[in-house]
This record gives sequence, C-alpha cells and structure tokens, in this order.
Amino acid sequence: MKGFAALFLAIDQTTRTSVKVAALADYFNAAPDDDKLWTIALFSGRRPKRAVTTTRLRDWAAEVADIPLWLFEDSYSIVGDLAETIALVLPPAHHRSESSLSHWINVLRSISDSNDEVRKTTVLAAWDRLDTTERLVFNKLLTGGFRMGVSQKLMTRALAQATAKPEAELAHRLMGDWSPDTTSFASLIEADDPAADLSRPYPFCLAHGVDDPDSLGPLTDWQAEWKWDGIRAQVIARGGAVHIWSRGEELMTDRFPELARLAVDLPDGTVLDGELVAWDGASPLPFAILQKRITRKTVPKKLLAEAPVILLAYDLLESAGRDLRAAPLHQRRAMLDSLLAAGPQDSPLRPSPLIQSANWDSLRHSRSQARDMKAEGVMIKRLSSPYHVGRKRGDWWKWKLDPLTVDAVMIYAQAGHGRRANLFTDFTFAVWQGNELVPFTKAYSGLTDAEFTKITQWVRRNTLQRFGPVRQVTPHHVFEIAFEGIQESPRHKSGIALRFPRMLRWRQDKTVDQADTLDHLREMLAQYG
Amino acid sequence: MPAPVLTLTDRGLYCAAGDFYVDPWRPVDRALVTHGHADHARPGHRHYLCTDACMPVMRHRLGNITGETISYGEMRRIGDAQVSFHPAGHVPGSAQIRVEVAGEVWVVSGDYKTEADGFCETFQPVRCHTFISECTFGLPVFRWQPQAVVAKQINQWWATNKAEGRTSLLTAYSLGKAQRVLHLLDPTIGPILTHAAVENTNAVLRAQGLTLPDTTRITPELDRKAQSGALIVAPPSVLGSTWARRFGPLSTGFASGWMQMRGVRRRRAADRGFVISDHADWPGLLGAIRETGAENLFLTHGYTEIFTRHLREQGYNAHILATEFGGEEADDTPDTGETA
Repeated sequence: MKGFAALFLAIDQTTRTSVKVAALADYFNAAPDDDKLWTIALFSGRRPKRAVTTTRLRDWAAEVADIPLWLFEDSYSIVGDLAETIALVLPPAHHRSESSLSHWINVLRSISDSNDEVRKTTVLAAWDRLDTTERLVFNKLLTGGFRMGVSQKLMTRALAQATAKPEAELAHRLMGDWSPDTTSFASLIEADDPAADLSRPYPFCLAHGVDDPDSLGPLTDWQAEWKWDGIRAQVIARGGAVHIWSRGEELMTDRFPELARLAVDLPDGTVLDGELVAWDGASPLPFAILQKRITRKTVPKKLLAEAPVILLAYDLLESAGRDLRAAPLHQRRAMLDSLLAAGPQDSPLRPSPLIQSANWDSLRHSRSQARDMKAEGVMIKRLSSPYHVGRKRGDWWKWKLDPLTVDAVMIYAQAGHGRRANLFTDFTFAVWQGNELVPFTKAYSGLTDAEFTKITQWVRRNTLQRFGPVRQVTPHHVFEIAFEGIQESPRHKSGIALRFPRMLRWRQDKTVDQADTLDHLREMLAQYG
Repeated sequence: MPAPVLTLTDRGLYCAAGDFYVDPWRPVDRALVTHGHADHARPGHRHYLCTDACMPVMRHRLGNITGETISYGEMRRIGDAQVSFHPAGHVPGSAQIRVEVAGEVWVVSGDYKTEADGFCETFQPVRCHTFISECTFGLPVFRWQPQAVVAKQINQWWATNKAEGRTSLLTAYSLGKAQRVLHLLDPTIGPILTHAAVENTNAVLRAQGLTLPDTTRITPELDRKAQSGALIVAPPSVLGSTWARRFGPLSTGFASGWMQMRGVRRRRAADRGFVISDHADWPGLLGAIRETGAENLFLTHGYTEIFTRHLREQGYNAHILATEFGGEEADDTPDTGETA
C-alpha cells in the first residue's frame, strides 16, 4: 500500500499533468503486476464492490476516535470528504504494514458477504495498520468514490511510457468487459495476441466544440450531421452475438432488447458508432423518455412500446472483422450507407442523415433549426479523417446551439466536495410564481474560483436557516442559468426539470424582482419540451 | 457564583477590579497584551503591558508605544487585581494572562500551542477557575504530527527541488511561523533567502538572543542566478506574484495547520502544503483545558460552536465568547460554523 499511497500523494501534490504522468509511469515501472492491474482498474472506473455501508463506517470511525457521531458528522461537513474525514479523526495507528494494494483490496473484498461483526473487526484492524494517507486510500476503496485528478487518458499515457507500447493500442486493450478477476497484467497489457475478446469496443472518437466554423476552410472538405441528444453507443456484432457499449464503457445490451436482433441482421464482425434515441417513427423523442429506459436494467413491455429505441448510426469502425478506423471518413460512411441499405426495412438501425449545405451560412441556417429537428446542434467531421482515439483537435467538431437561459434567484447553498470543500458551490435556484419563489433547479458549475470565494463569504453572513449541510440564504443574488433542454417533471415542485443546468453568469446588475417567472419557464417547456 | 473577573465589552475583555483590558480591539487606557500578532496587539492604546520577550516585536510593529514589560511568572498588582504572564508556546514572547481577583482566578490563553518546538518558550498549563481558550483548530480532524516529522518533509522537499534545479519558495506568516520554519531547516542543503517582511522580524528576534540559521535578505541588487538551490522564506501573499516569478523555476510550499485538509491544500496556489501550526491541535486543546482544572470555559476564535457543544457534553460549563480576534491564519479559515 505504501507505493500506491506515495503515488496518491505525488499526484495530489501537483496540478502539472507532466508530473502526474511521470509519477504514474514510475509507479508502473516499480509496482508488482497485481498492483499495476488494480491501479489500471481503479483509474478506468473499475472498483471493487462496496463492502461496507458508509453509515457503518461513520459509526465505527466515531467510536474509534472516541467522539460522538454528531461531531463526526459536523467534521465531515467541514472537510467535505468522507474517506478523508475518517482518515483524519482516527488516532495514530499502533502497527505498521508492508502489505500491498492488492492485499488490502482482497481484504475488503473478502468481507463483502460477512456479517457486521467480522466486517467491523476487519476494517478496524486495517485502520490500525495504516498511516493517514494509506487510510485515505483504503477508505476511498471502501466508499467507492475513487477520483484523484487522473483521467483514464493520463493513466494510459503513463502506461504507454512505462511499457513502451503505443498509447492508442493500450487504450483499445483497456476497453470493454474485464476486471482484475478475469485477466492478468500480462494478458491485458503485454500478451502479443490477447485472447480476443469478442465484446471489446474501440475507444470512442470525441469532438471539440467550435464557435465559428468559418475558419475550418472550404465546406467541401467536411461532412455535417445533426448532433443528437441521445446516448452515444457502439454496437458490436461478432461471433453471433451483439454487444452495446456506452461512451462510459458500460455494457448496456440488456437494456435495449429491440436491438438484440442485430446479432442476426448484421454481418459477423461489424462495429457501428452512433446515437441511441427513443424514436416516434419519424424523429427522436425527448431525452427524458430515453432516460426512463436507461435507469432500468430490464425493460417492461409497456415502456418498450411507448419508447422504442433505435440507433442513428454515423460511423462504421469494423467490417467483416477488419478494423476500418484508419480509412478516411468518406469511405467509412459509404460502406455504412450500403450496409444499412442492405438491411431489413423494419431495422432498428438508421443512418444519421447528412446535412447538405452549399456554404457555411446555409449550414449556419440549418443549425438554427436544430431544436425543431430534436437535435442540440451540428457535428462537423473532416471527410478525409481517420477515426481517432479519444478527443483529438482538428477533425471532429461539435457546433452546438446556444443554450436556453433564464434569470433565477439563489435560495439555498451547500458546500462542495473535494477541491471545493469549504466553498459554497452547490446552489438551488428559484423563479417567481406570484409573490412566491419556487425552486426549479440546482447548479454547481460555471463560476470562477474567485466568484465562489466571494459568494461563500456572502452565504456565511446571510444564512437564514440551516437544514443539515444546506443553508437557506436571503433571496438577493440573481444568476443567469443556462441549460440544454427542458422537460416536464411531476417529481419537482415546479413541475419542470432542466438538462445540464449551469451558471452562465452572476447577474450583479439585476435585483431579485427582475428574475424570471415560472410562467416563462412553462412557455419554454411548451416550445422546446 | 463570584463576580466575573473579566467581562466582554465592545472594546474587548475588561477587568473592572484592575481597570484594564486584555488584548482590546479598540483604543483603551491600559492594555495587557498576550502576543504581537495584529489581531491581539492593536495600535492606539495609551499604555501597554506585555512580556519582556514580546516588547521588541510590539515596538517593531506598532512603533514607539508607551508601556512596560513583565517576566514570565512575575506577580504584579494592578488595582484590586493580581496579574501574571505565563508561556503560551505560540510565538516567542507569547503569554497566557492570569488574572486573580479576590481568590477567583481567570486565565486568558491568547493563542497557544502545546507541543514544545525548541524555539519559543514552552506552554505551561495554569490552574484556574475560568479559562478563556482559543479553539482555532477545535475539530477532531486536526492532529499534528511531531515537529521532527514535518521538518524532515520540508528538508526533503528542498533537497529534491535543488536536485531538480528548482528554487524552493516556502511561505509562512512573517512573525512566528516563518522563524519556526527557519529553525527547522537544514542549512547544509543550500542558501536560505528571506523576504524583507520576514527578515525584519528575524532581526528583531535575533537582537533579543534567539538563534536562527544564517539568512540572506532579498534585495533588488541580489544576484538571483547565483542562488541556485536556495530556499526562500516569504509571507503567503507572494504566491503567484511577479516577485516570486523572478526566481525562475519554483516549487512552492505553504506551512499552515489548514494544510491538514486536502480541499484547502489544493485550493491554495502552492505545490506542497506542510501541516505545521502554532496553534494547539484537537488533543492539545482538550489536554490544555483539562490541565487548567477550570470548570468554566469561554471559547473564542475558530470552531467555537462545535467545540463548545462538545465540551458541554463532557461536563464543562462552556460558552462561546464573541471576540474580534481573527487569527493570523484567519484568511484560510474554512467555514467556522458561525453565521456572523
């Protein structure tokens, strides 16, 4: 654990990417294979199953620290991180341990089916053998929230440095359905011909945002498509089976039974990239309807009939088992179109249509109609480009619509977590309904650190009431809230829910009575919902 | 219950029996001052009383003030009150002030630290009936490591930076923390440079016999290129400034008790946070309070609400005292739980 704790500290102590990558590469050069494998797993979002509830952990930590539970909870709300709070309140450990990261992960996995007493004894014994940083790491493994400022991409880059293998190849190897139980470091990373995993997806190609595409040169070099508000997905048909992966590398096959037939419909060795949308027969249904589908592991018949899902396909990554990613987009697209044209009439696969425009201005005009097309903007892709690994500047651009906005009053504030612990960063906003302020959304991003510091000081001085960690504040500040979509929501008092709400700007020039009304939001709902 | 020895007024803590104030925040005739930090030693009083070791810094900061000094442990009569000063272990010359009126003993802690640091006079618990205690770090998440451990971290960081061709910039408050940190440095690693604000205080403390390693004051004439592998001690305000950038590739460090919290550490624009404080940690506060034998407690400065509630549950008669002491580390104070 010492090596991994040292890595955690090294990464935590810097904001410089190069230093983080170097620390990770050093670690990959020195650590035992089991630990390397777990490190790769942790940084690619593969965590051990949660063995203990956080309620139990709080109880035990308070007990060992000899403090009442309320004092632990108050400390937690100030520190802002549960794993850290526990690590700090515990008295110094009585023993030292030289055991490895894998050892401790196996310890906590071994108790996931044990009774409470065994769990408690095990966790307390671990705490008494670890120093503060090791405890923090151990607690993070226990509580499941393992974020430490290293993306999968950075980890992959470091692994590439340490193993002298190309980054793109490693990115591909790390995709898909593996866990430290099903593979080893050698077969995952080093084996020349890794046991071909039929479900393994390719790393997704991602786009950068663009504000003004005029600078991209002649439009004839580009292809334009609608940017759909659905779920990005890769559909893999290999070996007579179909697998559907989300961009977050979640296997979603079972949630979309209407796509199961693709195992038969598609030729073996086909991989498609596209957007899953709920479909009314002619155009996509609002995201809220699709959302009902993705929150469940299995789908009831009624929902399946109400919200059938299709894939709007826009890229072909593999054909007849051959990796097409190096081929130019126009070639891949042509192959995609003939593949789909050859498919059955009632197929849940459709090509995502190309937008034909004579010039950028005409594309600009099409983009302005995106909301009518149930899209959130336009994608612009270079016709000669390969299918890149990850987010690479230059060939794929997203040209999004300007967000919808509303002026709202801040009425509740709550402290953030991690780097933003101790700063009030999570706010609840309200609009007017008559003389009443009705809460309608939360937002926690969009302001600068300096603005958050300023608003934090204001919140401390203007708290009316406290509800646990939440503070009700004097209605005084107006913020312009931007969002991508608006939906009806019976669960919210306001009756509406926003998609991707964030603070666009702090309107210090506006007073509370200049904020928008709920009626105004309802009009937006009628128009765009 | 006997009449209170000290009462809170809009000018500060007042002793009617002796007609004096302790660490008052508005001008008064007679001020007894625990230590030289700005929130305790304010300008404008007609007459000051502080320890012998505290006066040079007070004069350095407040100019030519009128007043007298007292030795640690020396008893002095002021009106109907008997007063004495006792080491607080916070900064050189810092004191707790004991006030006795008609057999009733109150102690004002000022700011204090219980760990002996080998630099300033070590904290001594003073028996009393009522203890007015600071609680800047009155939360169970604050437990300091022994000073030697932090000293090793700082020196290792410095040596690593030197080996990698970077200058080390360690920021700490000019009075107290900066000198304590200097005292912990291993001068065999490289040259030690000081910001003027730090060096001016160094001069005052050296003149009264305190030992600090050799330092070089940073002036516009200083040849910065000749100082490779140096460690600079400067106040926190220089972080991110053009002054700091002129030293070429830097690694920055910040020494403060708040560095215990990862969120605070990462928000500070420093590469490294060293957890070192001149205030008592959680076990230190609880131990100090126990050793005074006091039944009545007044808490000020920090997590007063939470700490007071905890002490009450432990059987103390504890209250919050709403002073205007901000603390030299106040600018880093996260949410204190006070709405005011």
